[in-house]
Amino acid sequence: MLEISKLVKRYGNDEPVLKELDLVVEGSSVVSIVGASGAGKSTMLRCINRLVEPTSGSIRLNGTELVNLRGGALRRARRKIGMVFQGFNLIDRLTVMENVLAGRLGYVSLYQAVTRRYPQQDIERAFALMERVGIAHYANKRADALSGGERQRVGVVRAMMQEPEILLADEPTASLDPRTSEQIMKLLQSLAQELALPVLINIHNVAQAKAYTERIVGLRHGKMIFDGAPGDFDKEALDAIYGGIEAPEEEITAAPSRTPGEGVSHGQI
Amino acid sequence: MVDHAASPTSRIWQRYDRRQRLVRFFSMLLTLTLIVWAVKDIDIFWPWVWDAPNQISNLGARMWPPDPARLSEIVLAMVETVHIATLATMLNVFIALPVAYIAAQNTTPNRVCLWLGRFILVASRSVNTIIWALLFVAIFGPGVLAGILAIMFRSIGFVGKLMGEAIEEIDRRPVEAMEATGASKLKVVAYAIVPQVMPAFFAIVILRWDINIRESTVLGLVGAGGIGVILQGSIDTFAWRTVATILLAIIALVLFGEAVTSWLRRRVI
Repeated sequence: MLEISKLVKRYGNDEPVLKELDLVVEGSSVVSIVGASGAGKSTMLRCINRLVEPTSGSIRLNGTELVNLRGGALRRARRKIGMVFQGFNLIDRLTVMENVLAGRLGYVSLYQAVTRRYPQQDIERAFALMERVGIAHYANKRADALSGGERQRVGVVRAMMQEPEILLADEPTASLDPRTSEQIMKLLQSLAQELALPVLINIHNVAQAKAYTERIVGLRHGKMIFDGAPGDFDKEALDAIYGGIEAPEEEITAAPSRTPGEGVSHGQI
Repeated sequence: MVDHAASPTSRIWQRYDRRQRLVRFFSMLLTLTLIVWAVKDIDIFWPWVWDAPNQISNLGARMWPPDPARLSEIVLAMVETVHIATLATMLNVFIALPVAYIAAQNTTPNRVCLWLGRFILVASRSVNTIIWALLFVAIFGPGVLAGILAIMFRSIGFVGKLMGEAIEEIDRRPVEAMEATGASKLKVVAYAIVPQVMPAFFAIVILRWDINIRESTVLGLVGAGGIGVILQGSIDTFAWRTVATILLAIIALVLFGEAVTSWLRRRVI
């Protein structure tokens, strides 16, 4: 169970990005967090595994307070928090298998890590997970040889290798084409069920949030302004979250269309 | 829009305005003054300059044909020269890499280490190899050891600075991902930083080895071992035909080094 209470994050002396945020996620639910850019979604997720230092407040994962942890205690806590990134954050020059095994870095010794002598059960777990998501035949390929969707699968498997108690996904589908991003959302949804794992997903695509998650949390200016089932997420909620903020799509359609022939002359010079 | 009413003669165009012309004139004047001053001040004995073509043909005649009598000795000295370069390049890596680590903005532990690292790099690079060699000959006495240390100390600045820049240019996202798995600092370095700087590392070390071969040929002039010792001895005893052999041997060695390094570059990078 994840309990966030009165979480505040302020960069320098600016206005806080997160303003006394409260959120409780129980059991193995898949929660999507929606909100405009700059609403604090990414900051909230990174406060949980302390890639970003919270200014104040409390974050408890299965009873352990995460905010005050330091050094070795922080690293042990991070082992139990898997994270999937928008840009996949793979190590391009290493193989898929090495990337996947990197999820075990918190558990193995430095010697094992450097010499790639991982325990046999880690290797078996890696193959099992890679087979589960359909990338096992890439084990010895370099990570940068894979396509976007395959790379994100590597990212998901790496996070699952940690045997996490919670999975954080920071816009996991934003760099992918529509079909691939649906596949990744389905994968996250089914993995959450299979492994009884709570999953927090930052997402821009409201349709996908509604389709693949059980609960939607809406953030605006660092405050939670919606929390409910996908069925309750109506036009009104959408306007409350994105209202007054111009979506990029609107700008494109609003731009005056060029008459044919007008812009051609430059190309012929 | 172009005003077609005005006649062409009334339009004046100048590349530079009055102020720019003045600035250009005075910078030209200043440069000329510096050159005249420098030539006057260095006190060249002009008869010797006019005599140079004579001297060249004279020296050429005394050098031809190259004397192969001491060839085996020269070859041994060449091998020693290469050994000096190789050992110095290898030893240099052990110091240059930690210095690069603390001198890179994104990996340095704190400001003190950053400035210490940068001081080491600047100190190493601002002293010429020959001056380092003079210093170490004074400390360790003449011989190969002084030569190795001289080459090594000069290389630290070169390799350290370029590696530091390579570290500063890495993609930060894999670092973030490795931190999120609960990996310790050293494991993050081994997985997220080392693979990213590997190509740069090989390119820099190969390049430095190439430079070091050339630098180690002159070490003997100050008694720090290598081919230069025989060269200096031959010049002192006016054995010009032996000097010719040595110069040809040095050219052969440099070409050999060039061939080996370009082959290595193709294979490794």
